[in-house]
This record gives sequence, structure tokens and C-alpha cells, in this order.
Amino acid sequence: MSTARLTVVHAKYTLLETARVPIAIIGGLVFPALSLLFFVVPQRAVADDPVFASQAVISLVVFALLANSLFGFGLNISEAREKPWDPYLRTLPAPALSRVLGQVFSTGLLGLASILPVIVIGALLTEATADLWRILVGLGALAVASLSFMFLGISIGYSMPSKAAIAVVQVVMFGLAFGGGLFLPPFLFADWLNALSQFLPSRQAREFVIWAVQGGELEPWVWVGILLWTAGSLALALVLFRRDEGRRYR
Amino acid sequence: MTTLATLDNVTRTYGDVVAVDDVNLSIESGTILGLLGPNGAGKTTVISLLQGLRKPSRGTVTLFGGSPADARNRVLLGSTPQETALPATLRVGEVLDFVGSHFASRAPTAELADEFGLDRLLRRQTGSLSGGQKRRLSVALAFVGRPKLVLLDEPTTGLDVDARRTLWDALRSQHERGATIVVTSHYLEEIEALAQRVVVMGEGRVLADDSLVGVLDRVGLARVRLESGQLDRVATLPGVDRVDEASGTSASFFVRDSDGFIVSLVRSGIDFRGLTVRGATLEEAFLSLTGGARAAAGARTAVRTTPSSTVKES
Repeated sequence: MSTARLTVVHAKYTLLETARVPIAIIGGLVFPALSLLFFVVPQRAVADDPVFASQAVISLVVFALLANSLFGFGLNISEAREKPWDPYLRTLPAPALSRVLGQVFSTGLLGLASILPVIVIGALLTEATADLWRILVGLGALAVASLSFMFLGISIGYSMPSKAAIAVVQVVMFGLAFGGGLFLPPFLFADWLNALSQFLPSRQAREFVIWAVQGGELEPWVWVGILLWTAGSLALALVLFRRDEGRRYR
Repeated sequence: MTTLATLDNVTRTYGDVVAVDDVNLSIESGTILGLLGPNGAGKTTVISLLQGLRKPSRGTVTLFGGSPADARNRVLLGSTPQETALPATLRVGEVLDFVGSHFASRAPTAELADEFGLDRLLRRQTGSLSGGQKRRLSVALAFVGRPKLVLLDEPTTGLDVDARRTLWDALRSQHERGATIVVTSHYLEEIEALAQRVVVMGEGRVLADDSLVGVLDRVGLARVRLESGQLDRVATLPGVDRVDEASGTSASFFVRDSDGFIVSLVRSGIDFRGLTVRGATLEEAFLSLTGGARAAAGARTAVRTTPSSTVKES
């Protein structure tokens, strides 16, 4: 069996398992869309301004993917580590790559599903607007910028039991979301908060996607920050992954 | 007869604990091999080394001519998850299909369901199955890929007598169709019912590697308990393997032939009281093979469940 086909198989059954508890998916789908409906759409000063409305939609799209990555990877991995089903899957003739990619694709698909309602509501109920090719470039930028979210989620999953992971994922998610200007736009921030915010991957992701969709100047701290966070969180995830192999066998 | 898997001088340690100590084992096609030993003997570690889940600290593990860590060498391998491991939200049929999709040639779901008594359960989520049903599904998963070699770690632990026999029948019929099976157990009864060749492990070492009959001779001990003022004379009677003195006047004697021992006890004219005879637990029998002091600790915590030599997790 080819790695690609087995990747699809693992993604399919991971999705199926998740889909059997529909509230898990609905929560991810609904929360960013509701945030847009309640906090942006009624604020006509923002919603009627094409630039601000687009930025608000982009912020919530980044938030949707942030939440999806932290929950999808953090919780799934920490739960799987507590169950003996995962070691059993490793005895099947599937390379490790197809199991990891299967998880990435299934979580990615749910992430894609969670940003669609935000984009649709944004297009229908606000003045947010962008060319189609700009939206596609923006999705690409979003994928790049959320790599660090994924690695952070993986790190949380491998470093703690699931009960701790639920709490940590929420704290990290809301901390990054508020601090990164995903709920409140950064121009409302105090100077010190704005300065702090520029070190957060969520803020960098927001600015990066806004740049991809709306054009303009890309500040160096944005792309340097994304590179550093991606490399740092990848290194952390790899270290924890290796350490976990040792610990599980003891 | 071809060699399917081997362990060459394999040692595996976990920190300071030596789980498997310089083990040599060769698994040839066509047999049901019983891996027998008390808890902590290293049976599960041997299985997980063969599955590629663990790497040996020293020595070489070979599966179908290569490393078990390489997925391609596991195509003809079947193994079972622990019963608690099944993904609770997936249906029985889905779990069979999920595992089956890893294999080029797979047994049809209906065929397996029929053989392992799962045909009415295919639409049920695994979380709703009883313990015995989960066990049957777990064992069925080992056979989905039409494997040449099947590794079963304690396949019937926790099953009642009927369920155990049903599962044994399924295993025997799979064996007749060509699967080589390695089954670990601490139930002597289970090994007797299934195995042709038996490897006895204790404290990480292979203590015996013999035919079923050969091993039964060595571990099938009876425990005779009695009170007497002349325990030292009783201990010199023929057939006494080991003595476990409880107090000055009472002791347990481990013998291979309890009938013969009692006949010679009576003939010797030694005065005795309170005679009881029962099958020795596997842990007690292992003391005769190891003579180790550490196994004695295991023997004291062993709980007997049935009149034959079965022990329960303690």
C-alpha cells in the first residue's frame, strides 16, 4: 500500500472518529463565525469600511485556524497518547509519515471548514472585499503562518496529559488571540501592548495574511517573527516527540 | 518449514530494569507457539520487540528477513490491540475496514465477523461492546490482513470459560488455514489447549523451550500441604521437588506426582495431619525452574482462581 493511499485512509478514519461527536466540529465551526456576527457585524463603523471589515474578517479567520490547530493537535495527541490504540496502529504496515500526515490533513480539512462561514458571513454582511486571487494568496499565507500554531498544538499534545492540555490550550488560545489583535484590532492597543503583541505568532500571522490580501508594506518583524516561531516551535515539537517515544516505552 | 522471525541475543532494559535478558528465539512457520510465564517475565516485551514497537537494547530482532521497524516487513504480521484500546466512536465494521485497508489481500469483513461471532455487531460502536465482544474484535483484527505470523498477547484474559473456548476454536481454525501463531499467557490451561511448542520465560530469560509435553512435565507441579512432627523425613521422600516450610510443624511440598507422593508418605509410616492437595500456581511451579528468591515474592501475591494452574493478575 502506498504512503499516499494510507495517508488518506488515516485521515478518513480520524475525521470519522471526530465526526461521531458532532459538537466537537460544530464548536470549531460556530465560534469564529459567531464572534464575527456579534462583535463585528453590529459595529457598522467597522463593518461598513471595506479596509477595516476585511481586516476584521482576516483576524477571525486567523483565530479560527489558531483554535483549530491548538485543539485539533493538542487534544487529539494528548488523548491518543493515553490510549493503547495508537501503539496498535504502529504495528500495522503503515509508515509513521502516513499516520502523521493523516492527522495533519484531517485537522487541516476541519480548519478549512471553520474559516468558510467566517468568509461567507464577512462577504454577505460586511463591506469586506478582496479579489479572488488575493483571497487565494491569503489562504496560502494563512497556511504558512499557521504552521507554528500546528507545532505549538503538537508540543502541547506531547508534553501533558489531556486534562491539562484542555486548560493549557484554552489559555494559550485566548492569550494569543487577544494579544495578537485577533479580537480587538491592534490600533486600539496601548503602546506597550502593541510592542509586546509584535512578538506573538498570532499578531505576525494576522499582519502577514492582511499583507497578502490587501497588499502594502510587509514589516520585517512580521516575516522574521514567523520564521523564528515556526523554526522554534518545530524544534520543540520534535524534541517532545522524541522524548515521548522514550517515555511511552518505560 | 521456514523461519519467520528470530531474536538473537536480545536484551531490552527499561532504565535499571532488565525486561528481556539475552534471549534467543526462533519462530518457525506452522506451529502455535505458547509463550508462558508469570507477570513481569518479559513476554509482552518480546511481543513488542517483534512488532517493532520497541527496539532491543542489545542484539538483533528479525521479522520476515528484515527489521520489524520497517513497515514493509510488517505486511504479513497480525497483532491485537488491548481490549480497552478500540476507538469508542467507530463501528465494529469500520474498525475492521480501517485495519483491513492496510493490506493488499484482506479477509472479507463478513467472513471474519462470522468466524469471531461479530456478525450481529458490525453496526455497533465499539464503545458499546461488552468486554468479551471487544476481546473477540481485537483478536479478529489480527487476522484481517491474512497474516503469516500472528502475535497474540494474553488474548483471553478476563473472558469466561465459554468465550475462551470459542476464541480458542477460532484460533485453531486460523492455524489450520496456515497462520503461525505466537500466544502469550499466564494460564497454563490456555497453553495446554493451544500450543504445540512452549517457551517458558521467567525474569526476562528463556527457562525452557520444548514441546508441550516436555514443558508440562516440568511445570505441572502439585502442592501438598500437611502438618507433621517429622517434616524433615517427609522432605526426603521420593518426588519432592521443593519444600516451603510455613511453621515448625506445617509445610508445603511441591511434587510432580501427588498420588505417588501420598502413597509413599503413607507407606513410610510418618505421622501426619491436615493433608491438602492442589495444583501449584504457575508462579509456584516457576520457582522450581528458577530457584530464584525474587519469584517467591510473586508467588505470595498470586491469587488462585480455578482448580487448575491459573493465576490472576495481582
